[in-house]
Amino acid sequence: MAAQSDFILKVSNLNIDLSNQKIIENLSFGVKRGTTLAIVGPNGAGKTTLFRALLNLVPYKGKVEWNGKVKVGYVPQVLSVRDVPISVKEFLALKSTSESDINNALASVGLEPDVIKVKSMSVLSGGQLRRVLIAWAIVDKPDVLLFDEPTSGVDLDSEEAIYGMLRTLTAKNKITLLLISHDLHIVREYSDYALAVNRCIVFFGESKDVMNPETQKLIYGEPICREYGEAYA
Amino acid sequence: MLDTVVYGLIVGASVGLAAGYLGSIMVLEKMALVGDALSHVALPGLALGVLYNFNPLIGGFLFLFVSAVLIWHLGRVTRLSFETLVGAAFTLALAIGILLFGDNLDALETALFGELGQVGLLSAVAAVLVSITVILLTRLIYRGIVLGLISEELAVSRGINVGRINLLYLLLVSLTVAVGIQITGTLLVGFLVVTPAAAARTISSNLSKYLTLSAAFGAISAISGILMSSYFSILPGPLVVVSGVVIFAAVLVVRWRKGRPAQL
Repeated sequence: MAAQSDFILKVSNLNIDLSNQKIIENLSFGVKRGTTLAIVGPNGAGKTTLFRALLNLVPYKGKVEWNGKVKVGYVPQVLSVRDVPISVKEFLALKSTSESDINNALASVGLEPDVIKVKSMSVLSGGQLRRVLIAWAIVDKPDVLLFDEPTSGVDLDSEEAIYGMLRTLTAKNKITLLLISHDLHIVREYSDYALAVNRCIVFFGESKDVMNPETQKLIYGEPICREYGEAYA
Repeated sequence: MLDTVVYGLIVGASVGLAAGYLGSIMVLEKMALVGDALSHVALPGLALGVLYNFNPLIGGFLFLFVSAVLIWHLGRVTRLSFETLVGAAFTLALAIGILLFGDNLDALETALFGELGQVGLLSAVAAVLVSITVILLTRLIYRGIVLGLISEELAVSRGINVGRINLLYLLLVSLTVAVGIQITGTLLVGFLVVTPAAAARTISSNLSKYLTLSAAFGAISAISGILMSSYFSILPGPLVVVSGVVIFAAVLVVRWRKGRPAQL
């Protein structure tokens, strides 16, 4: 078992009720520094609600413990950036960072800072928008990044490129990544561990096993809660 | 007469700037009608001022202030949108205001459509101070509001108290509307919050341009309306509205000539 200091996040007996409905039940898991953990599960399984609990955005019972003073970055699935007349530079500046940090973040996601900064967010292509969102996520150098569906609205070719970029950036900057994805192929290729939730934990293990038909049955079949005493990613 | 016009221009420019600046948020929040409707809530306060011989603008502001706090609180408790709550409040306020004015039709007309003659040195100084305060405070909360527009949970996750910001914002709108009522009246002051921002939105691709143009269009609408009002000796409110609509139409034409559809 890993030492206590290796863990950046520990969740114990997490329970979430919203509008008198049980959304999350008895969830316990831990995440080690530098790991990429994919949260998977069918629609309505409570994945986004789990993220929101980790960020203290919804009331919950149980314990969510971040190890020390960690800076947590978050990119939600839905962002109304196209409804606001805002340039890429202004969007990134909402995080109060310096011009050089903004330039570095944009360059690290493969965008030309001087060209993209002056563009309005509303005219970006789906791929460019996702890259800008990744730049937004890393611009203030977080220790942990929670990313809800990083490639939502992006075509399949760009999807691999974006995940590849996320992997490089998180490794280079020693960022612990928690991501929500529906694509098990992506989960297998780009994460270390997979946590499947369907109200409770229905599967936990190394991501290389998620394409296994038996595992897929656990994830998407009839939800059967399982105890993983050592659900440590 | 000249003094009145000069004071009127100072009040108009100040209120136009502040209203245009604040209105840029209203248009983004798709709450344009809230700004318009909220202004009517001042009517009972104005009526009480006339009835009991105190400055009607103080009464108007107090009604706007209390209504804004109530609407903010009810919005949090009931989860109803501001638009719904303001919609309910403004019709009630309009009815009460008209009943309170009774047969004092001249005072009612002034309250509804504004009157340059009631503007003096004190009003001008107050308008400048209010405008500066409103613009400075709005600048402070703008980042949080824009982040909240993009994603409320993102704003909350970054420690921004969206509820408190919304309350401050409603109070700033109340303050601006209360001062603007002198020029345009309760029926038309909402225009200054909505139309300049709508015109700026159609030709802005970034926030700084949007804010600057919105404030500038507000000020230009008010100044040109007041100048025409003193020239033609008619009520300023409707002329401020006409000036603003001309700006809006001109902006649409410019955009159309550039070959881009208007984007609201």
